[in-house]
Amino acid sequence: MAVGLAHYLTVAAVLFTLGIFGIFLNRKNIIIIMMSIELMLLAVNINLVAFSVSLGDLAGQVFAMFVLTVAAAEAAIGLAILVIYFRNRGTIQVEDIHMMRG
Amino acid sequence: MTDAVLLQTIMFYIFAAITVASGVMVISARNPVHSVLFLILAFFNSAGLFILLGAEFLAMILVIVYVGAVAVLFLFVVMMLDIDFARLRSGFMRYLPIGALIGAILLAELILIFGSWAIAPGIEGLKAAPMTATAAHGAMTNTRALGDLIYTRYVLAFQIAGLILLVAMIGAIVLTLRRRGGVRRQRIAAQLARSRAQSVAVVNVPVGGGAGEPVEPVAAGE
Repeated sequence: MAVGLAHYLTVAAVLFTLGIFGIFLNRKNIIIIMMSIELMLLAVNINLVAFSVSLGDLAGQVFAMFVLTVAAAEAAIGLAILVIYFRNRGTIQVEDIHMMRG
Repeated sequence: MTDAVLLQTIMFYIFAAITVASGVMVISARNPVHSVLFLILAFFNSAGLFILLGAEFLAMILVIVYVGAVAVLFLFVVMMLDIDFARLRSGFMRYLPIGALIGAILLAELILIFGSWAIAPGIEGLKAAPMTATAAHGAMTNTRALGDLIYTRYVLAFQIAGLILLVAMIGAIVLTLRRRGGVRRQRIAAQLARSRAQSVAVVNVPVGGGAGEPVEPVAAGE
């Protein structure tokens, strides 16, 4: 059975679910939560590229590139915030982060 | 089934299996450093999936941007912060049931969607950037076709993406830059701005009177 669109969509769906699952599983570790977000963005990229190739429309790959850009920017800013938070408070426990009473 | 298609199928299953397995390891590894390393493995194998799809440029970008930049950034942060990871893992089992439940619901919904969707009949006319016959059959490489697109039709979005990266870079630098007090730092601008009048004073010393009290040079501009 040749590999088609459905195969790639299945891989992306499993990866996206793993990302969601990872956020729930590692509620206390914000670094793993950010890695789970990266996994979900990767799943979205796989979906975009698979549809792009399957439909013969290159716009999907362009937008996958933009998703990649935003993911990189988000990781950089998020980790910078994490570093200064750790410097100021000495902990990155998610449950200790309640200064804004959210 | 020809040999090429068979090889493609085998490679797809290898790449997909390793991607999913390393995704599982990312969220379940005990040591966050191992999580980052498995994240790198997942990205490498999805780059393989992209190559199988024929999106070589994105595959290379994925390796360069994610493995070369983002994953290394994660690794730096994990190693730089002194965190008690054992404490972070407490409650791992407490969130397992609710996480598994939500994951199962989401996966079931995605499978239901994949089982029932169909491409709309009038899709041919709606394509934003259709791959031409030449691009699809290898006369034009994927990289060149993408370049033709992002420098013409999507140039504005491309510039905005660059701006986002610039803002992220400046933001990360501003956030993490720390000025420590009590550090003697070389101030090159102040050194270069010094004038002769500020630093040298001509004193008329009387014979036998000694130099006397040191004379402060005229501070110009301070």
